[in-house]
Amino acid sequence: MTTETLSRPATTQTATVRTRRATPRGVVSQVLLTAVLLLFLMPFVWMIATALKPPAEVFGAGNGLVGSEIRWSNFAEAWGYLPFGRFMINGLFVAVAGTVVVCVTSVLSAYAFARLRFRFRDRIFLLYLGTLMVPQEVTVVPMFILMQQFGWVDSYAALILPWAFTAFGTFLLRQFFLTIPRELEEAATIDGASRVRILLQVVVPIAKPAVAVLAAFTFINYWNSFLWPLIVVNSRDMSTVPLGLNLFLSQNGNQWHLLMAAAAISMLPTVVMVVLLQRHLVRGIALSGLGGR
Amino acid sequence: MTVSAPAPPTTPVAEPGGSGHRRDGRAALGFLAPSTSGFLLFTLIPLVGSLVISFFAWPVLGRRRFVGLDNFVELLTDPIFHRVMLNTLVFVLVYVPLNVVVSLGLALWISPRIRGRGLYRLLFFIPTVTPMIANALVWRLLYQPGGPIDQGFQAVFGMPSPNFLGDNRWAMAAVILMSVWQGFGYNMLVFSAGLDAIPQSLHEAASIDGAGPLRRFWSVTLPMLSPSMFFAMIMTLITSFQVFVQPYALTAGGPGVATETMVLHLYREGFVQFDLGTASTIGWFLFMIIMLVTALQFLGQKRWVHYDD
Repeated sequence: MTTETLSRPATTQTATVRTRRATPRGVVSQVLLTAVLLLFLMPFVWMIATALKPPAEVFGAGNGLVGSEIRWSNFAEAWGYLPFGRFMINGLFVAVAGTVVVCVTSVLSAYAFARLRFRFRDRIFLLYLGTLMVPQEVTVVPMFILMQQFGWVDSYAALILPWAFTAFGTFLLRQFFLTIPRELEEAATIDGASRVRILLQVVVPIAKPAVAVLAAFTFINYWNSFLWPLIVVNSRDMSTVPLGLNLFLSQNGNQWHLLMAAAAISMLPTVVMVVLLQRHLVRGIALSGLGGR
Repeated sequence: MTVSAPAPPTTPVAEPGGSGHRRDGRAALGFLAPSTSGFLLFTLIPLVGSLVISFFAWPVLGRRRFVGLDNFVELLTDPIFHRVMLNTLVFVLVYVPLNVVVSLGLALWISPRIRGRGLYRLLFFIPTVTPMIANALVWRLLYQPGGPIDQGFQAVFGMPSPNFLGDNRWAMAAVILMSVWQGFGYNMLVFSAGLDAIPQSLHEAASIDGAGPLRRFWSVTLPMLSPSMFFAMIMTLITSFQVFVQPYALTAGGPGVATETMVLHLYREGFVQFDLGTASTIGWFLFMIIMLVTALQFLGQKRWVHYDD
């Protein structure tokens, strides 16, 4: 199946011509693909179905996808059982603040590496590059001790700052800035604009897609982050949504209908973000090399 | 990743006014200060610190003591740690090929002939961005005795399914299956972008030369896609050595230590047993393994990765 589809045209022009003439093989391929997709989506379907069931009907034979009643109240109950509102606000605050810090610092340093000439520039950049391969897990222990020293354990600062200065954003934006023709900036220089103005009014608007991709994936990473919050947060008040789910599991792991409602709530912000970002998705991933998870 | 890093620009364009160098230096300081100070404090210092800590017996509370290489020796002679390394290796060796095959297969399948391919791509991508812990909890429900998989099993075979998460022989497979489901979307998009960039004329030329579909796949598609494949393999290998949330949430490393991975073990040693020295040492083992594997891939790439130039 897969090898046959290779012979199909990749250019959109010929593709539209071909799709108009729906061949039987094409129809079969599409139907099979849809079946695979539906199977793939089953976990999500089951999650939502379970979130809407009465608790007694979660397990066991004879209980289909839909329970004897649709209980929207499960969502309200899950929301009220733990301070999920608080977890959401914590998560949103941490993710938004982290994203702002990452984007601002990365834009500034990427511009310096891409456009300014100064001593040790290439060496410093190589040092940045070298740390891209360092797994977070290597540094969580010293980072935790650092947080102890700063008195930051169980604080927003500890959730936001430690991972806001990785080399990735700088690297990604520098690559993009290098593709922008210098002539645009030179014209502005002649007009007497300062470097900061050139950056904000010429470079950043052109680099908007790259910054948007960086922002979206930074937000998602913060929102989903689990290991670090698990280590550095020890109160309910500071918990983010993934920690809240974990708390829920440890407190009443058998309340599956509530757990699934909570899981569905936790997925919503990232799903919305990806749907909004859809157009840039493929390009952004090819550009930024976010692959491999 | 260093993979796609081009060489730093070698010919800086001369700027008007020869005295630009000094002015740039001062400006650079301003532009770099926020990023570099954070980078120093939160990346470089912890990186060096983690090596230092691994030479200490370092409890979370209480006095620390220099112990030389004791942490390394203890881990290397600990049968549980051997099992943890083996588990991680098994996960990586099964997960990475599965991930690449599934993501490449779907990227090929969602060809321009498929209507609404953007929607298919989007939906297959969704689990990569939803919180991993939420994904894992959903799968924990699916795997439960009496859950949907078990029910399906009973309906088809008339007997209960194995207890996936509670059975030694099944737990790792269950963790891997869930991980592939949740993770392949990234590489699928990487491959999709790579496939769309292959000029159609190459396929046509091969067809005219009499190459069948399989031959075209081997001789045109795969070589053209090899840079994407190389990149995807490197990233997937690195991240799969770091697997943590899936075993944490699905099996808690169990039954016994059957699914305990290196990072899960690091977490337990450091933040359940409060032995930061050992935890840091595990981190360094992980780092060394990742560097070694990445270096090997870079050495091996000449044999199979084709770059245009």
